[in-house]
Amino acid sequence: MSTTLVYLDSPSLAQGSEPGKADRELLAIAASRGDVVVAVPAELPEAATAALGAYGATAVVVPDAPLEDQLVAPHAAFVAAAAQDAGADLVLLSNTGEGREIAARAGIRLSAGVVTDVVAVGPDKTFTKSVLAGAYTAESRATTGIAVATVKPNSVEPAERGSGTAGLRAISVPQAGPAARIESTEEKPLSGRPSLDDARIVVAGGRGVEGDFAAVEQLADVLGAAVAASRAATDAGWIEHSYQVGQTGKTVSPQLYIAAGISGAVQHKAGMQTAQTIVAINSDPDAPIFEIADFGIVGDLGEILPQAAAEIQRRRA
Amino acid sequence: MSDATPLNVLVLVKYVPDAQFDRRLDPGTHRVERTDSILSELDEYAVEAALQLVEAHGGVKAGHRVTVLTMGPDGAGSAIKKTLQMGATEGVHLCDDALAGSDAAATSLALAAAVRHLGGFDLILTGMASTDAETSLVPSQLAERLGLPQLTLVSEIALEGREVTARRDGDTRTQRLRAPLPALVSVTDQFDEPRYPNFKGIIGAKKKKTHTLTLAELGLSAEEVGATGSWTEVVSSAARPARTAGTVITDQGDAGARLADFLADQKLL
Ligand SMILES: Cc1cc2nc3c(=O)[nH]c(=O)nc-3n(C[C@H](O)[C@H](O)[C@H](O)COP(=O)(O)OP(=O)(O)OC[C@H]3O[C@@H](n4cnc5c(N)ncnc54)[C@H](O)[C@@H]3O)c2cc1C
Ligand SMILES: Nc1ncnc2c1ncn2[C@@H]1O[C@H](COP(=O)(O)O)[C@@H](O)[C@H]1O
Repeated sequence: MSTTLVYLDSPSLAQGSEPGKADRELLAIAASRGDVVVAVPAELPEAATAALGAYGATAVVVPDAPLEDQLVAPHAAFVAAAAQDAGADLVLLSNTGEGREIAARAGIRLSAGVVTDVVAVGPDKTFTKSVLAGAYTAESRATTGIAVATVKPNSVEPAERGSGTAGLRAISVPQAGPAARIESTEEKPLSGRPSLDDARIVVAGGRGVEGDFAAVEQLADVLGAAVAASRAATDAGWIEHSYQVGQTGKTVSPQLYIAAGISGAVQHKAGMQTAQTIVAINSDPDAPIFEIADFGIVGDLGEILPQAAAEIQRRRA
Repeated sequence: MSDATPLNVLVLVKYVPDAQFDRRLDPGTHRVERTDSILSELDEYAVEAALQLVEAHGGVKAGHRVTVLTMGPDGAGSAIKKTLQMGATEGVHLCDDALAGSDAAATSLALAAAVRHLGGFDLILTGMASTDAETSLVPSQLAERLGLPQLTLVSEIALEGREVTARRDGDTRTQRLRAPLPALVSVTDQFDEPRYPNFKGIIGAKKKKTHTLTLAELGLSAEEVGATGSWTEVVSSAARPARTAGTVITDQGDAGARLADFLADQKLL
């Protein structure tokens, strides 16, 4: 029986909420291999421990003293200590910027191989990921006894609520070494739309929206979709950087990606070309985005997007 | 920063296959085929950040140094050359056949050894990710190995005396960071656009020196790096079938409705 350590740090957990979808995906992968120990970097209310137990954790590990308000290093020291304490042969984290950084340092502390951007974990700890901007699928393994992997959301079915219970254990965390102090944290406002990571459908706008995302947002809302953007649109300040899809933004694989006023630069394609279906709307018939679109429309997005939104609404009425 | 203590900045850059061309994995080794390679465009932001930091405190004339270090094959000298043309003061090329096939753990081991060997840096700047491996692991692993504070994925950076401050933008929040020097900073493409080498820079670079380092000089053996020193291995790889163009229509005034038809046909509504 193998033990997997799952690192969860969503703030909602510390407030006593149920684990979110991405967290439950990690729990599901861990449960498929055996024992599940969850590590949370903060004090936990009893309700949260109970919820983690119900979703498959056999034990929950927290630090015995609050971690310093410092970047990454204390969290990595905690994860490594928790993995050793649990006797885990696999550590799973979410594939966020911070998740990858904690994984990186915990990997050094544990002398463990680290694999990022994982979409599937095989029974023998074979990790599937896409490489070279989606051009290849590769399987890799750690050559060390313990492996650390960061897993992308929407990779597996999330764990279901069961009737299990988990015990809470506090462990001491070794010195993390020099670290940067976090002087202030400003939360970004939530949009109320599905998040880019979880969305089944994404509607994206580029330079072609000419400063106005209203038509993109309107179609997104009719489709229950997330909104996204090219770097040209985020650089112009028309929309926040966290909506950027591409090499230096988010990598998404939704069922449907609608690109409006986006030319299809390699750096943009790197973030969306693994979508199941791609629709492109562009006034330039030679735009490279048409080379990868399942359905392309040459025309003005200012007319096409509102018409599509109205038409979809009409059919649903 | 007082002028009496010149800054010593190290920038880590990688020589990578140009993403504008088709990039391929070798079907036998599953390694990236190293053709048409260039300085990773994401590392240009780190070079730009280093140059701006130094310029804000009197520039190279004040004795500040911006050294660029790359670990890579013979051709990687061209990546260093571009950074020298941009304004870096000297280059270091860690080059050894045994390094081929290093994963992040082995790469960070070798780079950490090189940093210790060269010594004396106040700041180490890196890119946010390499455009070939795309893992973003190396900066954090270097910070762990060297025992340095990390200020990673930052879009702004400044020096206040012997402290560095930075702005880190995540998906859900923005953080302000501060650490004493020496520190390691990874710079995102939200930093200012990297400069192009100008004529003066291109001429000036011809006089700048690039020093080559070998594993032996770092006290590392071949087994500690490369595939044998790595903690991960790629066991299989397969090219994804290339996407092909589907139907393209030209709007005749009804394209919005035809889009709705397409989505309905695909059961996406
Ligand atoms: C280091 C680096 C990293 C990068 N990372 C990313 C990244 O993560 N994501 C990303 O997206 N880009 C990234 N880029 C930028 C990328 O190279 C392109 O510049 C960018 O994707 C272009 O955005 P765009 O398609 O919106 O703009 P453009 O290329 O300007 O295209 C706009 C398109 O809109 C069309 N259009 C104009 N008006 C209309 C209209 N009324 N109706 C319909 N169509 C219209 C035009 O025909 C054109 O095809 C990166 C670049 C670099 C150097
Ligand atoms: N071989 C290398 N030589 C020098 N720097 C590197 C090398 N590999 C990675 N780096 C640095 O680490 C950053 C992140 O790379 P990676 O972890 O591979 O995504 C890059 O932007 C570089 O600054």
